[in-house]
Amino acid sequence: MSTIVEVRDLVREYPMGEERVAALRGVSFDVDAGDYAAIVGPSGCGKSTLLNLLGVIDRPTSGTVSIAGERVDRLPDARATAFRLTRIGFVFQRFYLMQALSARENVELPLAEVGLKGAARRERAMALLEYVGLAKRERHRPSQLSGGEQQRVAIARALANSPALVLADEPTGELDARTGAEMIDLFARLNADGTTIVVVTHDEELARAARRVIHMRDGVIVGDERAR
Amino acid sequence: MLFTLAAASLMRHRTRTLLAILGVAVSAAMLLDMVMLSSGMRESFRGLLQGQGFALRLSPKGTLPFDTDATIRDADSLLALIRARPAVIAVSPVLGGQLHVPGSRGVVTSSVLGIIPSVEGDYEVVGGRQPASANEMVANRQLLDALGLHVGDTLHGAAGYDAQLRSLAGERTLRIVGLARFIYMATDQKGAAMPIETLRRMQGESARARISIAMVRLAPGANVDSERVAIAALLPRVTVISIAAALDQVDQRLSYFRQLAVILGAVSLVVGFLLVTTLVTVSVNERIGEIAVMRAIGVQSSRIVLQIVMESGAMMLVAAPMGLVLGLITARYLNSILARFPGVPARLDFFLFQPSAALTALSLLALSGVLAGIYPAWRSASLPIATTLRQEAVG
Repeated sequence: MSTIVEVRDLVREYPMGEERVAALRGVSFDVDAGDYAAIVGPSGCGKSTLLNLLGVIDRPTSGTVSIAGERVDRLPDARATAFRLTRIGFVFQRFYLMQALSARENVELPLAEVGLKGAARRERAMALLEYVGLAKRERHRPSQLSGGEQQRVAIARALANSPALVLADEPTGELDARTGAEMIDLFARLNADGTTIVVVTHDEELARAARRVIHMRDGVIVGDERAR
Repeated sequence: MLFTLAAASLMRHRTRTLLAILGVAVSAAMLLDMVMLSSGMRESFRGLLQGQGFALRLSPKGTLPFDTDATIRDADSLLALIRARPAVIAVSPVLGGQLHVPGSRGVVTSSVLGIIPSVEGDYEVVGGRQPASANEMVANRQLLDALGLHVGDTLHGAAGYDAQLRSLAGERTLRIVGLARFIYMATDQKGAAMPIETLRRMQGESARARISIAMVRLAPGANVDSERVAIAALLPRVTVISIAAALDQVDQRLSYFRQLAVILGAVSLVVGFLLVTTLVTVSVNERIGEIAVMRAIGVQSSRIVLQIVMESGAMMLVAAPMGLVLGLITARYLNSILARFPGVPARLDFFLFQPSAALTALSLLALSGVLAGIYPAWRSASLPIATTLRQEAVG
């Protein structure tokens, strides 16, 4: 099985006044293609920082990150953006959909960025909405959708350009228990269909659904267990 | 997609967008008016001077046409010298004066021009005909209304009037044969014109062979400047000015108008710029999280800047035509006020609409609006994504 994520000696420090506070203190791990890893740990342990570095929306103080065989920890801004567009799919706790766009248009946004036009773009967006069970809500604006529906649209958007890796930051954090359970099922289905997923969560149910759970504390990995 | 987002962003706060567009339209209108004012008088004056086809104007040495009451003596012999020049095809002498007409409500005083009807260039006959004999004259609407007369009526007028003694001098009975619109007279100015010999006789011995100014029409292709120099050398008691020189004199006299126009125009431009910058900054600050998400999912900073610039560009596109209409309406109103200034020719436009100047002004404003959007757009698209999203999540 090929390695999709390769993290070595990752350190991320933030300036705080005259001090520097380390959010990550030398993290190393790999994620294989098709894996489904949950990163868990108490608040402030560095899991979201790690996710940001994996998503190439932040830069480490030191250490390396390779995604799908490409070093991404020092990519210039434009290349990092292009990399995110095609290789990374983001799912945020607060969904972060464009309020001005319909569900379908939200999914079309990354497709438009890669230059997919007209009917082909619409077709791909509709297929993804169908996959997450929201084809009938394609014209609805985010404000007309429930939290769970918005998160499904966000997942469809994350999958738009068939990324090598889907990163999710507390994807059930804003959902009620029933909708959260539906989301857990959706992630499981996504992974079963071959998508590599790394999810940061406090949700024990979601972590239990993952094939692998990475435990973090004080900026380091303190445990890494595979589901039996 | 970017267009949809830009349009949606503008529509999200419709009232704010509308107010900003109105503000920019007012700014555009003011800029347009100032551009029209800065070049309008000069171009309008040029049109007045060129319209009659006289390339040179002669006036008493050291004066401008009708700037003083000074006259040129022995004018007939001087004019003969000019007429003898091969490049000269017509000379139109003009003698200025006043026409006093006693009536039931007192004496009505009007400006009067002594002209040669066949070559005159001071008025247009809009009713009736040109004077064809010594006792005929034309008058403008203002004079006819003041006297209660019409074309075809006869009046008894005088060239001189002593208000203390209430006595008239140089009296003559004249028949009004035409309604004239004078080119260089002010809006409310009463005016009349009659053959120059008639006016000279009315003014008496002192006016014999005198003229106030003369206008010279040159053959097509003649070198205006060399003719001006040659005539000036021929007639040392006379100032000869070309249209270009007259316009230069106008420029000098009106330079403060232009400076004012340039300063106010620049202020309008800055106001428009600041208005759009403020609106875009406010709008962008509200969408900082949305922009960070767009960056996170792979939308390039340049595309985000483009989207925001499209928003400011769209506002400009709507505001510019509104500003054009508003500017033209305002200019027309201001023109009507300024045209009532004493001594200002009624046909002189202070605000002259020139499509190229208007296009330049509005393009400049549109460009400044687009530039105004670039900085806040670039700033928002350059914020660190992770930090911005974290702050948005906390907020």
